[in-house]
Amino acid sequence: MSNEAVIQHGTVSHEVHEHHEGHHHETFISKYVFSQDHKMIAKQFLITGMVWAVIGGLMSVLFRIQLGYPDAHLPWLEDIFGHWAKDGKIQPEFYYALGTMHGTILVFFVLTAGLSGTFANLLIPFQVGARDMASPFMNMLSYWFFVLASIVMLASLFIQTGPASGGWTVYPPLSALGDASQGSKLGMDLWLISMALFVVSQLLGGLNYVSTILNMRTKGMTMTRLPLTVWAILFTAILGILSFPVLFSGFILLLFDRHLGTSFYLSDIVLSGKILPNEGGSPILYQHLFWFLGHPEVYIIILPTMGLVSEVMSINARKPIFGYMAMIASMFAIALLAFLVWAHHMFVTGMNPFLGSVFVLLTLLIAVPSAIKVFNWLTTLWKGNIRFNPGMLFCIGFVSMFISGGLTGIFLGNSTLDIHLHDTYFVIAHFHIVMGVSAFMGMFAGIYHWFPKMYGRYMNNTLGYIHFWVTLVCAYVIFWPMHYEGFAGMPRRYYDYSNWESFKQFVELNKVISFAAILSFLVQLMFIFNFIYSIFKGRRVTSKNPWGATTLEWTTPIRPGHGNWPGEIPEVHRWAYDYGKDGMDFIDQTTPVGKDESKH
Amino acid sequence: MTMQRKKIHPYKFSLWLGLAGIIMMFAGLTSAYIVKRSQPGWQSFTLPTIFIYSTLVILVSSVTVQVALKAFRERLMSKYRLFFAITAALGLIFISMQIIGFYQFQASGKKMIGLGSNPAYSFVLAIAGLHIVHILGGLIALAIVFFKAFGRKTRNYDVVPVELIATYWHFVDILWVYLFVFFSLLH
Ligand code: HEM
Ligand SMILES: [Cu+2]
Repeated sequence: MSNEAVIQHGTVSHEVHEHHEGHHHETFISKYVFSQDHKMIAKQFLITGMVWAVIGGLMSVLFRIQLGYPDAHLPWLEDIFGHWAKDGKIQPEFYYALGTMHGTILVFFVLTAGLSGTFANLLIPFQVGARDMASPFMNMLSYWFFVLASIVMLASLFIQTGPASGGWTVYPPLSALGDASQGSKLGMDLWLISMALFVVSQLLGGLNYVSTILNMRTKGMTMTRLPLTVWAILFTAILGILSFPVLFSGFILLLFDRHLGTSFYLSDIVLSGKILPNEGGSPILYQHLFWFLGHPEVYIIILPTMGLVSEVMSINARKPIFGYMAMIASMFAIALLAFLVWAHHMFVTGMNPFLGSVFVLLTLLIAVPSAIKVFNWLTTLWKGNIRFNPGMLFCIGFVSMFISGGLTGIFLGNSTLDIHLHDTYFVIAHFHIVMGVSAFMGMFAGIYHWFPKMYGRYMNNTLGYIHFWVTLVCAYVIFWPMHYEGFAGMPRRYYDYSNWESFKQFVELNKVISFAAILSFLVQLMFIFNFIYSIFKGRRVTSKNPWGATTLEWTTPIRPGHGNWPGEIPEVHRWAYDYGKDGMDFIDQTTPVGKDESKH
Repeated sequence: MTMQRKKIHPYKFSLWLGLAGIIMMFAGLTSAYIVKRSQPGWQSFTLPTIFIYSTLVILVSSVTVQVALKAFRERLMSKYRLFFAITAALGLIFISMQIIGFYQFQASGKKMIGLGSNPAYSFVLAIAGLHIVHILGGLIALAIVFFKAFGRKTRNYDVVPVELIATYWHFVDILWVYLFVFFSLLH
């Protein structure tokens, strides 16, 4: 009974809202700043993410200068960074700060908030057929919490003792003791505050994504008619809701240790010759709490791009995605297993070998659904009528990267091998290829593909091709050799490797890697130029459905207003992948099923 | 729109999801507690008796919030306001009792913070403290809905906010009962 009253209330407010559409004035602030329109929020996330990507990318260029040219003295560095780059040489504290911030920014601010924030906001209402998110206000809050988190993190770059420097995983005791390093002082507190705000932003966003997908679908849009993008975002959001709070609790205990003199993570520590009074804690506890989020987090990054790639690939191969249900099932399996494998990051913490072997088994199991997905992408391409536009090239690049990086995951997942490879450049190579580069490629595929929907114009294709090929080649030149460095035992997170006899063999190689890193950074700047230029000067989109796609977002006007569809929300009659069916190029989701149409 | 009739209200659905997140947070903390407990250096404890009384207080407040919700549905607005206010008051009393409890605990030599603290005691503060923060959140939501009802010129009979708060309130209540039993059994 009470429920009915609610719904009536909802309907009334909705109609009033639609009624007002024509003559309702929006100010600059309500349209571009505190917007509650999912399309604008998507753009805000994207552009904020791009700003962060440039900052985080620049950091990697700086530390690659140190790694490639440890003996160089570059006076301009000192001009810009002052005592952080005394004598034109990146100082050790600076190096650690750069590495830590690079990881934090790219993992959380770019590939989590920037990626999910953009495509969940853009695609969920469009593709499920809703006028907006379940709660547009919460959605706006989610973005502004992200901005707050960003401001705090940015501020930490400019304080005297510098930002957090203990690695993106901020392991205690280093992160728990202010006296342990420069970066463990105020910078670490700001890091924790920023991340707490970030978690709030993720939860607000995630709640909204899930409840919109499950509750706001248009008529006829059953779950198994949803495009895979939406499925992927659904799993991503659920992973986030269930794992970020655990990270949060780990952070709370860390804050207690930092400021209230507790010993959750601390015991038997000698700091600068002084024995600390802390007793009874264990730093391993933090690692459990961190990786319980940390592992699902890597899938929070990759799952949305798996969705984007499936969608863009099917459209540009002019073929239905191969194994739609298998794709959903494998995403479900990945999401489930993501919670059961975290200890593979901790094989060398002295865990019970039997427990270790359980985690080996569960970890290697992830290879099964991953392989199913790869198989399905390849079979989708097979005998397709492929359009090699930049979006499609990035899809193929994604699959290539995902295979290369997934295979090295199987090396690491065996605890016996991992004892040798842990904390070496092999791990760096593994996760940059499988997560960093793959996710960026998936994201680029999405941006090139949905740019016309976002801005009513196309991005420049020629620049797109250059962007793709340079990125692909550089990515392999940067990360492939790192596997060999890792086999040779070269540890990650060292400031200068040139003093070790065993790593002298890599001096020239490290120069090559650094060169490729700088080149790939420059080509990303070119992409950003293309992006901004195309917003204003790109070729205009002249038809509603430029790619010949089946999904609902292409039934909206070229530049959709508030509420997306001017009239009724269309009804859906079929799944999202009717390409090349019965001799037709494509049949969109709103077309009723004909009498003598074949089954798929 | 007619389709949505049988479905759960999106806000309620979001709330349930949010509660799942909160459960994960406390699950993380209590698992950390269990792991820690099995390691050397753990010191066992019993909670001060005031925590028993605070548990009773929070249980009663669950009843009063339910009475308030029922009154609202029957449009008995003054009864609704009265019981809403009682609920808020009980919430405040609960928080105060918890804080007194912390002081008693610390005073009995079980140092939760600072030099010589033991993680076993610190966990009580961290977990129960975090729970207080959730009660505070509920109180703020309660206050907002309560004063909005006065502030409006037209009367607002939208039951959703009240239902959301009631659900949340029962949740934090049960959460505390769980934590209390947890601390008592696995000291
Ligand atoms: C076949 C599937 C995979 C397996 C078996 C696997 C296994 C592993 C193992 C065992 C480690 C720990 C290495 C160590 O620290 O010694 C690791 C690290 C890592 N993996 Fe994977 N992985 C797989 C796929 C992925 C995917 C798909 C992603 C991301 C999208 C990913 C992201 C990461 C990251 C970020 C790290 C390192 C984190 C750090 O220490 O900073 N992995 N992987
Ligand atoms: Cu992992």
